[in-house]
Amino acid sequence: MSAKGNGLMGWIDARFPLTKMVEEHLSKYYAPKNFNFWYFFGSLALLVLVIQIVSGIFLTMFYKPDGELAFASVEYIMRDVDWGWLIRYIHSTGASAFFVVVYLHMFRAMIYGSYQKPRELIWLFGMFIFLALMAEAFMGYLLPWGQMSYWGAQVIISLFGAIPVVGDELTLWIRGDYVISDATLNRFFALHVVAVPIVLLMLVVMHIIALHEVGSNNPDGIDIKKNKNEEGVPVDGIPFHPYYTVKDIVGVVVFLALFSVVVFFMPEMNGYFLEYANFVPANPFKTPEHIAPVWYFTPFYAILRAVPDKLLGVIAMFAAIIVLFVLPWLDRGKVRSIRYRSSAFKWLLVMFVISFIGLGYLGALPATEGRTLFARIFTIGYFGYFIGLWFISKNENTKPVPERVTS
Amino acid sequence: MKKSFIALIGLVLPVSVWAAGGGPIYPDDKITIDWDDKASMQRGAQLFVNYCLSCHSAGYARYNRVGKDLGIADELMSENLIFTTDKYGEKTKVGSLMKTTMTTEYAEAAFGTVPPDLSLIARSRGTHWLYNYLRGFYIDESRPMGVNNGVFPAVGMPHVLVELEGMKRAVKEMQDDGHGGEQEVIVGFEQVTEGSMTSKEFDQAMKDLVAFLDYLAEPYKQTRKNVGTGVLIFLFFFGILAYLLKKEYWKDVH
Amino acid sequence: MSSEAIDHSRRRFLTAATSVVGAAGVVAVAVPFLSTWKPSARAQSAGAPVEADISKLELGQQIIVKWRGKPVWIVRRDEKALATLAEIEGELSDPGSDESLQPAYAKNQHRSINPEYLVMIGICTHLGCSPTYRPDITADWLGGFFCPCHGSKFDYSGRVYSGVPAPTNLEIPPHRFVSDNVVLIGEDGEA
Repeated sequence: MSAKGNGLMGWIDARFPLTKMVEEHLSKYYAPKNFNFWYFFGSLALLVLVIQIVSGIFLTMFYKPDGELAFASVEYIMRDVDWGWLIRYIHSTGASAFFVVVYLHMFRAMIYGSYQKPRELIWLFGMFIFLALMAEAFMGYLLPWGQMSYWGAQVIISLFGAIPVVGDELTLWIRGDYVISDATLNRFFALHVVAVPIVLLMLVVMHIIALHEVGSNNPDGIDIKKNKNEEGVPVDGIPFHPYYTVKDIVGVVVFLALFSVVVFFMPEMNGYFLEYANFVPANPFKTPEHIAPVWYFTPFYAILRAVPDKLLGVIAMFAAIIVLFVLPWLDRGKVRSIRYRSSAFKWLLVMFVISFIGLGYLGALPATEGRTLFARIFTIGYFGYFIGLWFISKNENTKPVPERVTS
Repeated sequence: MKKSFIALIGLVLPVSVWAAGGGPIYPDDKITIDWDDKASMQRGAQLFVNYCLSCHSAGYARYNRVGKDLGIADELMSENLIFTTDKYGEKTKVGSLMKTTMTTEYAEAAFGTVPPDLSLIARSRGTHWLYNYLRGFYIDESRPMGVNNGVFPAVGMPHVLVELEGMKRAVKEMQDDGHGGEQEVIVGFEQVTEGSMTSKEFDQAMKDLVAFLDYLAEPYKQTRKNVGTGVLIFLFFFGILAYLLKKEYWKDVH
Repeated sequence: MSSEAIDHSRRRFLTAATSVVGAAGVVAVAVPFLSTWKPSARAQSAGAPVEADISKLELGQQIIVKWRGKPVWIVRRDEKALATLAEIEGELSDPGSDESLQPAYAKNQHRSINPEYLVMIGICTHLGCSPTYRPDITADWLGGFFCPCHGSKFDYSGRVYSGVPAPTNLEIPPHRFVSDNVVLIGEDGEA
C-alpha cells in the first residue's frame, strides 16, 4: 500500500481504506495452501448467517408476534403470501443448517488444534457465537407458537427454576407472566430479530478480525509464517482471493444443493427440522405426548436427563457447554494437528464423537431405563474427553511435525 | 474423521417422531397418496365440505385456492362446495377462508371441546393415522357418543360418516403386551348395520378424503418439488462452471 | 506459485461465465423474495369484485360502492346530462379518452357500457382526492364532478377540462352487468 491509485479508487482510498481492507482480508491475506474439506465450514457458516438474516427480514414483514395471531400468521405466510412457503422453509432449514455447519466447524478446530495458542481468542469468540446461536435458535423456535414451540420453551425456561433461591422469581421474570404467554412471545421476538442478531454480527466480525490477525491454522497445524520468502510472503501461503474464493464457491454450490434438497423435498426432515406436533397451535392445557428439543439441542438435553437430580442436571448441561470455553487451556499439548498427535488423543476423540452423537440420538427419544443408562455412559464419555485431554496432553507421545505443509 | 460426518448426518435419519402415541392400533392399513389424482382429491373435497366442515374449520385455507389447485372453477366451487354463510347470513365468498359456521361456544357446549382446525391435520397426525382413524369407529355404549375408535381410544367425536359406512362392532382378544401382562386388543370389526356404501367403497372414499386433507395441509407441495428440481439443475451446471474455474486457478498452486 | 504459462483467455472466460451464471442465480433468488410484496391471497380476497344493486337508483342520482378500499361511483345520468357530453368537448383536455384509463368497452363519449349508467373510480387523477358529484347547473357549469382539493373539473363522463391540474380523465374500473339490476365491479369477464 505505498502508491495510492488514481481515479475513483484513489479518491475513495484517500478517505476510506478500501483497497487496504480488501488486501488485508482477501487479496493479500495469505492462507495455508493445504486446506482440506473441513475448511469449507467457516465460509459456509457466514453464508448461512446471510441466508438467515435475509429470509428472517422477509418473514418479519408478515409474522405477527401476538399469542392470538402468531400461529395463523405463519400459515398465512405459508399459504397466502406469494412464495412465502419458500422463505419460511429457507429460514427453518437454515436454522438446522447453521448448527450442522457450526458443529462441523468446531470439530475441525478440535482435530487440528485450531484453538491452541495463539488462537485462543478466536476460539472464545467462536464459543460466544455458538452460545448466541443457541439463544437465537431457542427464541426463534417459540415464534411459530405451535405445541412444540410452547412446551419446549416451557421446559427450557423451567430449567432456570432449578437455581436455588432466585429460581422461581427468575422464571417468572423471564416469562413476564405465570405461564408462557403473549408477553413471553413478544420479548422473545424482539430478542430474536434485533438484539441477538446484532450481538451475533459483532462477534462474527471479531472472530474474523482475530483470525486474520494471527492467520489461519491448517491440517498440519504448522505455523506457515515461520517460512517466508524474500518478499515476506509465507512460502506455504496463497492469497485468499482468488484461490480460496473460487474454491469456496465450489463448497457453496455443494452446500446449496444439499440445502435445496431439504428445503424443496423434505422440509420437515422426518420431524427433526420441523416437528409434527408444531403443526398444532400452542395449547397451555395439553402437553404433547413426547417432547423433544430440536435435534441440535438433543446432546445437551440428554445430559440434563441423564442426571437424576434437577439442579445437578442443569449444572451438568451448562457445564457441557462451559467446558468447551476452556478447551484451549485444558489441552496442554504443543502439537496441534491430529496427524501428529498420540494414539491416546485419537482414541479420546473417537470416544468424544461417539458420546456426542449418542447423546444427540438419545436426547431425541423418550427416556427409558436402558436409554438413561446409555445416556449416563455417554455423558461420562463427553466429559471424559476433556479430563482425559488434560492428562494425556502434558507429556504426549507425538510424531515429528514437518517443517513445511504436506499436500 | 469423515466417518463422524456421515454419522452426524445419519443421526437425523433413523427414527421418525410422529406425534401419535404408542400402543397397537386397529385398523392399521397403509395408504399412499397420489398427488396427480385430482379426481380423488375433488371427491375428498366434496366429502370434506359435506361432513367435516359443519363442525371443523380449515381456517387457513381458501375456497378459491382449493378450486384452483384441484381444477374446480370458482362458480362450480361456489355452487357445489360452499355451504357456509358469513355473519350477515350471506353466502361465503369464494375467496374466503374455509371456516365452519359453528361457534366455539356452541361447540364447547355440545362436545365439551372445540373441534380442532383441520387445515394442518395431515401434517400433525400423518396420512396413515388419518386413514385408519376414519375407518376405526365402532360401537361402545359406555362412551357419550356411543362410539369408540380403534386408533384414537376414548375419542370425543361422533361417528359422522355412519350413514355411509354403517355401524361396526369390535372383535377383541387378549394378547401378550410384551411386558409379561395381557392387554385387550381389537383384532377385527363386524358389520352391525349397513351404510349406503360397501366396505370397499367406503375405504376408497376415506382414501379420497385423506388425499384431500394431505393436499390441504400443504397445498404448495407440488410447486415446491417442481421448483426444487429446477434449482438443483441450475446448481448442477453452476457447480460444473465453478469447479472448472477452481481447477483453472489452482493450476498455480504446487 | 509458478510462472508457467497461464491461459489467460480461458481464465477470463471461466471467471466471466461463472460470474454471469452466478448473478443470474442471485436474480432468480431475488424474484420470490420480492414477489412476497405482491398483494397476498388475503388482500386479493378482500379486493375481490363487488356486486352493486342498482334497481333503486333514480335518474340523476349517485351511489358509492367500496371496491379495493376505493370509492366507486355509479351515476344514473338522464338525457339532459348525456346531451352535455357532446356540447363541451371543445373545453376538454382528452375528449377521446386516448390518454386515460378505461376498459375498451368504455372508451367512448359516455364512457360506459350502458349510456345511462356511469361506473367510475372516484379518485382524482391529480393527487388522489375524491371529487364531488355536482349536478347543479349554473351559467358557467354544465354539471359533472369537481375536485375540491385543487379545483379540477370533470364532465358527466369524468372527462377532465383543460386548464386544470388533473392530467387525465377519471378511471373506469372493469365491470359488467350481471343482470339489469346488478352490476359487478372489478371483473368484466374478458380477462
